[in-house]
Amino acid sequence: MGFLAATGRAFLIFLEATGKLAMFTGAALSHCVRPPFYPRQILRQMIDIGYYSLPVVGLTALFTGMVLALQSYSGFSRFQAEGAIATVVALSVTRELGPVLGGLMVAGRIGAAMAAEIGTMRVTEQIDALSTLSTNPFKYLVAPRLIAGLAMLPLLVLVADIIGVFGGFLVGVYRLDFNPASYIGRTWEFLEPIDVISGLVKAAVFGFMVSLMGCYHGYHSRGGAQGVGAATTNAVVSASILILVWNYLITGIFFSTK
Amino acid sequence: MSQVPPAHPPKISLKNVHKAFGPKVVLNGIDLEVGRGESLVVIGGSGTGKSVMLKCILGLLSPDSGSIRVDGEETTKLRPREREKLLHKFGMLFQGAALFDSLKVWENVAFGLIQGEHMPRAKAKDIAIAKMGAVGLGPEVGELFPSELSGGMQKRVGLARAIADEPEIIFFDEPTTGLDPIMADVINELIVKCVKDLGATAVTITHDMASARKIADRVAMIYQGRIIWTGHANDIDNSGNPYVDQFVHGRGEGPIKMQVRAL
Repeated sequence: MGFLAATGRAFLIFLEATGKLAMFTGAALSHCVRPPFYPRQILRQMIDIGYYSLPVVGLTALFTGMVLALQSYSGFSRFQAEGAIATVVALSVTRELGPVLGGLMVAGRIGAAMAAEIGTMRVTEQIDALSTLSTNPFKYLVAPRLIAGLAMLPLLVLVADIIGVFGGFLVGVYRLDFNPASYIGRTWEFLEPIDVISGLVKAAVFGFMVSLMGCYHGYHSRGGAQGVGAATTNAVVSASILILVWNYLITGIFFSTK
Repeated sequence: MSQVPPAHPPKISLKNVHKAFGPKVVLNGIDLEVGRGESLVVIGGSGTGKSVMLKCILGLLSPDSGSIRVDGEETTKLRPREREKLLHKFGMLFQGAALFDSLKVWENVAFGLIQGEHMPRAKAKDIAIAKMGAVGLGPEVGELFPSELSGGMQKRVGLARAIADEPEIIFFDEPTTGLDPIMADVINELIVKCVKDLGATAVTITHDMASARKIADRVAMIYQGRIIWTGHANDIDNSGNPYVDQFVHGRGEGPIKMQVRAL
């Protein structure tokens, strides 16, 4: 019986957490579309997410593109398919690696920062103070972050796509001695709009997830420094897992042939 | 000083308010009335439900049962929009000041004016600087960030923020906790002055008796989630209530046993 009770308890906790998250998401979304809006806050978050994440995401994309070219060269040369490298790099980066790795890096950078900031505001009663100053914390804190995450990640990933392909180009031309013009030609030859678009849709979803997890865990953090630490960890871990799960689901929606 | 005129309902009235967190009962039938323009101090040990009571009145927590009326209007069932409107009547000084650390001091003070009442920033800044003057802070402090201030200065800023949009009701959550005796007295004086100037109704929760004596018109003692005594501030030393006596004189021995677990 002890086993059944433990299973049931875990299941109830899971249901409770799911319900809490669903209600939080619903409330947050409804505040995203109802005035008053806080353009200053939205702008601040956009700069934080979009501009200050550029170096991290750019470096990630650059080395990912470079290593892709290197790896696929050593692999593809076994069956004389070196010519496909440019295409492989372009497709992998735009469809998968740009959005996923970019999303994961942003989860570590932005999700953690959001959870820590909002969590600290919670435990120092700053969120209560917002309410007493007739300002809805959902509108002031959560909505701007969700909007900024949703809007900025696609832009960030677009930059990452370009840098990633450029990384592949650098290795291809300077290390593997491809002809630059034919490498670029190969890159464009098989690249279709849907490859890039699906990646950008993924990025928008991932950006939303990262912001949502950062805000949700920060908003519900309890009990001082330790609680804020736990919120930060939970935000990053849950955002990363959600990114990987949604990556599969969205890929299925876009590219399932059956 | 403040007998409530019978024509007016009390500014705040709580009837049989209950609040529990899981199995832990925090408020166990609170009955309390605060008259218009009155300064009520609620005393009680740590973890007796003082803060929870304030948060229930503000609507930051919703009580499990009972009635909370502000100006005779029931507030426990308010919709979020009506709640926001009601909160315009309130100002609050938080225990840790709860200043927004990403904003400058003057932006903190002007926050309710800019965000809550949509006042232009320049005009709000002028008012903020005037309010900071009222609590003894010069305009140069306005350009600093809260983390650059000492605890006493942060409390002053918190007070300026609480009075900035001229609320009808001000709550003070342990205003002197963590301050040295001199700064504590300065804050007490400022509270008395600000409440008088605004003609506001004030509710202070504290366990600092020096502060209570200075601020209070009337005192209420909370113990185990109930109000066990209320009386005029002058009667506090001869209340005839053993619980109040023990608390006022700070004795370890008596009917009140210390709680081990926090709420």
